[in-house]
Amino acid sequence: METIVFSLLNGVIYGLLLFMLSSGLTLIFSMMGVLNFAHASFYMLGAYFAYTISEASSFWIALIFAPILVGLIGAAVERWGLRTVHVNGHVAELLFTFGLAYLIDEVVKIIWGRNAVDYRVPELLDFPLFELFGAQYPAYRIFTLFVALAMLAGLWFILNRTRAGLIIQAALTHPHMVGHLGHNVPRIFMTVFGVGCALAGLAGVIGGNYLVTDPAMAVQMGPIVFVVVVVGGLGSLMGAFLAAMLLGLLQTFAVAIDTRFADIFGFLGLSETSEVGAISIASLAPMLPFLLLVIILMVRPRGLMGDREL
Amino acid sequence: MTQPMLKVTDLHAYYGKSHVLRGVNMEIMPGEVIALLGRNGVGRSTTAKAIMGEVAPKGEVTFKGQPISGLESHKIAHLGLGYVPESRDIFPTMTVRENLILGIKNMKKPGKYSVDDMLDMFTNLRARADNPAGVLSGGEKQMLTMCRTLMGDPELVIIDEPTEGLAPKIVHQIGDMIAEIAKTGVAILLVEQKLSIALRIANRVYVMGHGEIVWSGTPEEFRDRDDVRKEWLEV
Repeated sequence: METIVFSLLNGVIYGLLLFMLSSGLTLIFSMMGVLNFAHASFYMLGAYFAYTISEASSFWIALIFAPILVGLIGAAVERWGLRTVHVNGHVAELLFTFGLAYLIDEVVKIIWGRNAVDYRVPELLDFPLFELFGAQYPAYRIFTLFVALAMLAGLWFILNRTRAGLIIQAALTHPHMVGHLGHNVPRIFMTVFGVGCALAGLAGVIGGNYLVTDPAMAVQMGPIVFVVVVVGGLGSLMGAFLAAMLLGLLQTFAVAIDTRFADIFGFLGLSETSEVGAISIASLAPMLPFLLLVIILMVRPRGLMGDREL
Repeated sequence: MTQPMLKVTDLHAYYGKSHVLRGVNMEIMPGEVIALLGRNGVGRSTTAKAIMGEVAPKGEVTFKGQPISGLESHKIAHLGLGYVPESRDIFPTMTVRENLILGIKNMKKPGKYSVDDMLDMFTNLRARADNPAGVLSGGEKQMLTMCRTLMGDPELVIIDEPTEGLAPKIVHQIGDMIAEIAKTGVAILLVEQKLSIALRIANRVYVMGHGEIVWSGTPEEFRDRDDVRKEWLEV
């Protein structure tokens, strides 16, 4: 019971963090028609900016300014980079974001070094919030949960209840028509790109101290975020949300299961000391997102909620 | 004589290597309704697309004296040139009302029409105001597209094949609606294949053939020219 409750909480928090990263990516994906390989790098930038700003002032200032800074960098990348590359087609755009990811990686290593930085949970939130079944639950994780939920509600409200949100949604599917109605589509794209990057940055700010802030964090998170976008379905925020939750829960539950192959397949005579029998379910957790990706692409290439084929 | 509102001079356009527009010349005066006729594939829609910048234009296009070829589409729209494309391009997941709201160019300077004006003018739309636009019939979608463009207060609207694929009764309704729009003083360039609707509402007719204008005149003059009709329009 204890395992289930804690795994559920952790899974939901990890899922929301994944959604924060993938919501921007899926919007950018439907807009450009190209996966932004550098998206997770903006997540990493968010964490590093938050670390530096926290050192200089406080976590709360970092919480506000680090995502804004990342968003501005994202907007600049769209305005002066991608927009120029766009005329040469999708392959050029893809390669551009690929190169950008490496570029950001190297810049991070030059500025902050190759090892993990000491980006910590703020003292104000560094205490156990409640105790369940004799185990303590850190307050910071609940804080993360609330930040993610607030972001989710904000994003939903802007996209569905404001005219600007409607224009963005229309521009994703009918950019030419939106232009003929007098809306500045290039500026909309720049804004969406910037906000998408800012959300990734926000995920970095609140995830970087809960996980680890090191130069490998982009490479670790990047593929999983792609899985979320593809499994959820191209350009579908709802799909990305479902996929993020699914992956979050799947991974945390897998880690929590203390079972080995020998326990499951013992009836076949698999012994605990054999190499196969010693494999634990928990050790398979990192593999699960990609297994899900492969299965989804085989049985439902549109993704859970997508309306377009890959 | 007043200046033409839209002036197209020696307009060329290409799809890959094929030369689709071969020097189109036309003028539209303020408040005028022009029908652009021609068989399928002679370049009528391409003319509309080249004026709007959807197809890369070569040649000169001026709107109210200002060159617009190569200008970004939102800037063209803000000059007062509206476009109702053949593909209609309604936003299917949004409601009729939301589609109309997106036609407003600037919320701080709303145009002469409000969403309610549009819903009053075309009662079919009123009943469906809060339905997703994707469930509308073809005729209703066409009306919605035209109303959406009117929300932006254009001085000239290019309407491309509004009656394509519609039942004859609906075609007549769409014709009435375009005539209604023309009465408000908006100039219209109507790209149309159906002579009945074109001759009923146009002040002037351009006939296209092989990527250029081959005849122009008033609907009355056109009625006397069986030769033009036989050579350029009948299948």
